[in-house]
Amino acid sequence: MTGSATALGEREKYAIRMTGIDKTFGAVRANRGASLEVRPSEIHALVGENGAGKSTLMKILGGLQAPDAGTMEVNGRDVTGWSTSEAIAAGIGVVHQHFMLVPTLTVAENIVLGMEPVKGMRFDYAAAVAQVEKLSKETGLAVPADRKVAELSVGEAQRVEILKTLYRGAKILVLDEPTAVLSPPEVRELWTVLRGLRDAGGTIVLITHRLDEVVEISDAITVMRAGQTVERLTTSGTTPAQIARAMVGREVALTSRDEASALGAPLTGEIEPGFHPSDDMTSAIRVADLVVIGSRNTRVVDGVTFSIRPGEILGIAGVEGNGQTELIEALAGLRPLESGTIRINGHDVTQENVAERRQAGLSHIPEDRHHRGLILDYSVTDNLVLGRQEEFGSRRGMLNGDRIRENSKAQIAEFDIRPPDGEIAARNLSGGNQQKIVIAREMGQSFGVLLASQPTRGVDVGAIEFIHTRLREARAEGKAILLVSAELKEVLALSDRVAVMYRGKFSKIIPAAEASEESLGEYMTGSKKEDAA
Amino acid sequence: MSSRFREHLEEALFPPLVALLVALICGDLLIMSYGQSPATVYRLLLEGTWGNAYGFGQVLYKATTLIFTGLSVSLAIRAGLFNVGAESQLAAGGFVAALVGLGLSPSMPGILAIPLCLLAAAIGGSIVGAIPGWLKVKYGAHEVIVTIMLNFVVLALLNYIVAAKIHVPETLHTPEIRAGGIARLDSFIPAFHGSAANLSILIALVTAAAVWVYLFKSKRGFEMRAVGLQPEAAEYGGVSVGGIWMRAMILSGAIAGLGGINYVLGYKQYYEEGFAGGAGFLGIAVALVGRNHPLGVVLAALFFATLSQGGLAIHAFVPKQMVEVLQGVVILAVAMSVPEVRRALRQARKPVAA
Repeated sequence: MTGSATALGEREKYAIRMTGIDKTFGAVRANRGASLEVRPSEIHALVGENGAGKSTLMKILGGLQAPDAGTMEVNGRDVTGWSTSEAIAAGIGVVHQHFMLVPTLTVAENIVLGMEPVKGMRFDYAAAVAQVEKLSKETGLAVPADRKVAELSVGEAQRVEILKTLYRGAKILVLDEPTAVLSPPEVRELWTVLRGLRDAGGTIVLITHRLDEVVEISDAITVMRAGQTVERLTTSGTTPAQIARAMVGREVALTSRDEASALGAPLTGEIEPGFHPSDDMTSAIRVADLVVIGSRNTRVVDGVTFSIRPGEILGIAGVEGNGQTELIEALAGLRPLESGTIRINGHDVTQENVAERRQAGLSHIPEDRHHRGLILDYSVTDNLVLGRQEEFGSRRGMLNGDRIRENSKAQIAEFDIRPPDGEIAARNLSGGNQQKIVIAREMGQSFGVLLASQPTRGVDVGAIEFIHTRLREARAEGKAILLVSAELKEVLALSDRVAVMYRGKFSKIIPAAEASEESLGEYMTGSKKEDAA
Repeated sequence: MSSRFREHLEEALFPPLVALLVALICGDLLIMSYGQSPATVYRLLLEGTWGNAYGFGQVLYKATTLIFTGLSVSLAIRAGLFNVGAESQLAAGGFVAALVGLGLSPSMPGILAIPLCLLAAAIGGSIVGAIPGWLKVKYGAHEVIVTIMLNFVVLALLNYIVAAKIHVPETLHTPEIRAGGIARLDSFIPAFHGSAANLSILIALVTAAAVWVYLFKSKRGFEMRAVGLQPEAAEYGGVSVGGIWMRAMILSGAIAGLGGINYVLGYKQYYEEGFAGGAGFLGIAVALVGRNHPLGVVLAALFFATLSQGGLAIHAFVPKQMVEVLQGVVILAVAMSVPEVRRALRQARKPVAA
């Protein structure tokens, strides 16, 4: 009896204890023996790069997914593989990055939804408002209980989400990147609330990319990399640089720049340190003071200025969601600009649409091939002319089937698209071969400037190498390439210069030779700031 | 290549054939519940339609309107739009064609008058189609709601104009047109005597061929299908999604409007209140069963026309409403088996996040 009592005491030291968690989705091992130990009444930061397995671990904790192996305990009780309702009943509340609110209902209605106070048979709305207002006052989460959720700001909607979990009796709160959508004052407000909850006995797990935030708010930190837990730290005394090193690991970049010259691709001349866009009249693309307003009325791209010369690759590093997607879409003509100018080969395309910009020499490998880059139900052959339909048409508006098939045959051979059959729907090809269709179409035509967004995402190693080679060859042929990648190694291996994008701005543009994963990581997470301009 | 072709064909034909089989089984049960023999009833149904020249002529006549409305709905679906307004577009097309036919001089030769009336029908339908198109592109109004509501507005407006201004006393129709009439088939083949079949069927077939060329061989068709499948990818490919939607609704309305000639120019030589009689709505079923392919639409139109005409032939044995039940069963069975509908249902089930 005494033995088990001690064991129990040991167990109760943790509000959450997950050990040896494995979770595999198809070929992806999202968690490989991951572990997490969170003490009661602490704010615990869970950090790691995209795909490190943080969200999967939290989904397992919330009961959305069952682990393949491993055990989990909440407040000393073994809860391995429980369901969402069991998790909620045990006081786990998860606030997702994307809100799960009914926009047409009021704040109070959303919060009590599923647990409504009733008067006899009827929903007691007045009681709901009173309860919500009471809870709001206790926690300091100010919300207008009577307003429709559709009318709320993002910060307010997030507070409603947090209140919703608290209303259901959550004692352990999981927040998935809560600050990604917030303005700095809203972030400060959130911190005050979270500290209040902690001091009242709540336990909070915070998923975030931003290391300055981690250091500011958390008591303890768990760092994940490639599905594993690589480090557990106590926050006091830890610097963002230490965390960044743990996040990206210590391995050297995979491909070096020497390899590029070995391929016969001459590297363009020395990079001038004082390089300024307006000095250079020969730039292939020149972007000045670009501002894009996002869906939430924020400046998602906030005054970006850069230029790329022919035969140069400018890489953009940065944690996803810092405006890279919007920047690329704005350059391609898929998103309206608030202000700024874009010139391609000296030609002002700011007012031009997608087709006109393509005419001006712009090629675009979009970040999401399933969404934008391919029409999945079109054949490979048809996909190879998407966006080039004018080029393959006659003046009378007909398409030239023979030329389209010739083009398909040639590109399938040149880019080694498998299976080599143009009539198959793009949907039925593997991810790597689908990406090759996009690459073939965008790089197999004449162009001057290429926007390459996550060009190797989700493709296998062989295809990655192939795509990298094509990008280097294009540079050698004098193309200007803007490369956006979540893979720091890829950015470093391919780029001549690297810009770091953080919260809509280029926080830094440096020659790739002077950049390292660690130095970039600090800019990426905002723990080091310096304005490019 | 030939095996690939066969695969495509099988994939295209399989769902409608299964649906037909299900409908036949339901039909058997229904007929037996009336104490009749299914074999007898089906034989009568076929004899009354494909078995004699008059019946076949009626099938062709009824199929003609359905080919137009089926093509109209299909074209819109290819662009990702659900045009529920073919009924009023059809009526408007017939009405405008009748107006032009009334206004032309009787001495004008058919070779001039008919194209003018066809153009009028197409313009009439396209105006009704353009309104929901414009409202969608400009204000994001959902085309299903707008086309449904517009049906009431347009039909009521046409009825009002006919009743208040131009009807022949004691009737609900306009005077006979003076030019632009389309010859009936019985003027070439006497056996068709008495049936309403007319040369509009040829115009319907030419339209089906034109829609096929447009959708599958032209630049605009390539772009239109791209918009229908993945608007974001089409936009990325430099296609103006709003422009395509506008174009699709105008064309869809124009094709439905052309359907009006079958009755107005080919059969009665006047516009009559309510002549559309649900052919616009049945066009949705024709498009669905025809898998939004012009050839499929022609076959499906013939099928639905056969059922509708066959209902009259078997009326002595079982109520003719039985064929309406069969139509319903076919539509339901196809709706459940075709991939397009299944995909739409899947999308509708996806949770909505704010």
